[in-house]
Amino acid sequence: MSARRRRREAAFRLVCWVAVYLPLALLVVLFGHALVEGLPRLDAAFLSGFPSSSPTQAGVLPAIAGSLYVISLTGLISIPLGIGAAIYLEEYAPPRWSGLVETNLAQLAGVPSILYGLLGLGLFVHVLGMGTSVVAGALSLAMLVLPLVILTTREALRDVPATAREAAMALGATRWETVRQVVLPVAWPRITTGVILALSRALGETAPLILVGALAYVTFLPDGMGSPYTVLPVQIFHWITRAREGFVPNAAAGVLVLLTVTLALNALAIILRRRLARGSHPNEVTR
Amino acid sequence: MRRRFLLTSCLALASLSLAAAGCRVSHGADARHVVAIDGSSTVFPLMEAAAESFGRSRRARVTLNASGTSGGFEKLCRGDVNVIGASRPVVHAELEACRGQGIELIELPIAVDGITVAVHPENDWVDALSVDELRTLWAPEAAERVKTWRDLRPGFPDHEIHLFTTGGMESGTYRTFVDRVLGGGGSRSDYTSSENDHLLVEGVARDRHALGIFGFAYFAQHQDQLRAVPIAAATEAVAPSPQTIGSGAYAPLSRPLFLYVSRRSAEQPAVKQFIQHVLDHAPSLARKAGCVALPDEAYRLVRRRFERRRVGSLYASPQTDLRIFDLLEHDEQRER
Repeated sequence: MSARRRRREAAFRLVCWVAVYLPLALLVVLFGHALVEGLPRLDAAFLSGFPSSSPTQAGVLPAIAGSLYVISLTGLISIPLGIGAAIYLEEYAPPRWSGLVETNLAQLAGVPSILYGLLGLGLFVHVLGMGTSVVAGALSLAMLVLPLVILTTREALRDVPATAREAAMALGATRWETVRQVVLPVAWPRITTGVILALSRALGETAPLILVGALAYVTFLPDGMGSPYTVLPVQIFHWITRAREGFVPNAAAGVLVLLTVTLALNALAIILRRRLARGSHPNEVTR
Repeated sequence: MRRRFLLTSCLALASLSLAAAGCRVSHGADARHVVAIDGSSTVFPLMEAAAESFGRSRRARVTLNASGTSGGFEKLCRGDVNVIGASRPVVHAELEACRGQGIELIELPIAVDGITVAVHPENDWVDALSVDELRTLWAPEAAERVKTWRDLRPGFPDHEIHLFTTGGMESGTYRTFVDRVLGGGGSRSDYTSSENDHLLVEGVARDRHALGIFGFAYFAQHQDQLRAVPIAAATEAVAPSPQTIGSGAYAPLSRPLFLYVSRRSAEQPAVKQFIQHVLDHAPSLARKAGCVALPDEAYRLVRRRFERRRVGSLYASPQTDLRIFDLLEHDEQRER
């Protein structure tokens, strides 16, 4: 190897190294900053407390409850719809039609989230008269994640070998029986992963929820689908804007809580995938 | 079998939630026992303090948001919220838009936001500044023209002038200053700004050639380290103090802050109690939120205004030079 080629090799290596470690370093700095700022504020009183005008007494409980409520509802709405749509597109729809729909879905998945917020504000909050309620927020987020859920589910379904379907049909199974007994069991692990990743994205969304009315100060937990609410990212945003009054440590502690919830969701995804993957390999689908 | 159950229950739950979503959800302004508040972020701390002390004693639920004064009026007129905080009086178009929706507004002045121009205590050359001089000093082109004190007024020392402000354009205080002195738009940008007021106080307190813009409440806590410059709008220079700011004599660097409540909402027991709570505790709430309270007599008039459910704005007739107290008294007499 000539010296020149060796240098090029080394340079390319360096570029790749930087591409990996620069974002990692940024992540460490960001996380470290939040940790240093927020950890002193992060205690039981903060987790179980309600908002307050004095930073040291302000807590995050309504935001945690709001986030969990909104995300559960988002999941309830988007998961059945998304998986259903994906099954239709993959198993039933004529290929040309589903190709067209898929192209559009890919576009929708890339639309900035604020536009879903605007749509939600116009459609759910005003036209349908839901106001600034949990359900309006959840529906807006459901629209946001729906394309992601459909796309990842379709990919999971597509990965099921065609031979498995053909075998089921050769034995006289209908399409629905094939889907239910052969295709879905194999695809479940990947569907779950995709869905949970989509939901963790929704968990961190701020802009659309500010538009559809997540609040800055709520002293109670959401107690129904029409209830006013706030969510973690919105609470963090409002604290950050009030730096002069000393709310920044609260924001940092809120970031740590949000990170923990997101990581917990992702961990759940991994555990579910492991458990579902057991006994659902194509070769074992014999029930 | 298990999976089948899972799938069907998922579908059932989803259709249930969609069905629930389809029907009209009672919310915000209509729900009983809820006081939904929105509006100016300047008034937010005051509303927050009020909501906190109000909520401790009662079962009513208070929700707060900060969509800004204009956004607040929109929501109030749509009936989405009951009460808004505003850092300016309602304008004619907004009143009309509300009336078109069948919503009448009750205007309640609750506090005053004062801005202080402060210098080093040993600065012996500035006795007072006129609004024109402030304009000369802070205009965008001043970055080139007004670099020393002498550029501002012949006779001042030929020493570089150091400018400090609270938070720059992000801060309501500084933006109000720019609006009031420069008529909106931009200002020069070669100033030192910090979200940390403490650093700013130190900056001015250590520098004989500094000039800083502070919220009055913050200045008041550091009066021993700073000196407030009296401001002359027309002829007489007025120094900021709780009295001059509260009465509106300290112009143009003070602005009244308002609550607006829709007349219909004012009939709801929870909203009524909340407004009464705010008006009864306004001086301490204002202090807690860093604004200046109105004179006691003014609060008496504001309370009467609310009791009578007087709708419309004090600023409807173009007598904008009148002070808030005079306006209130005027209105009281007209009612009688």
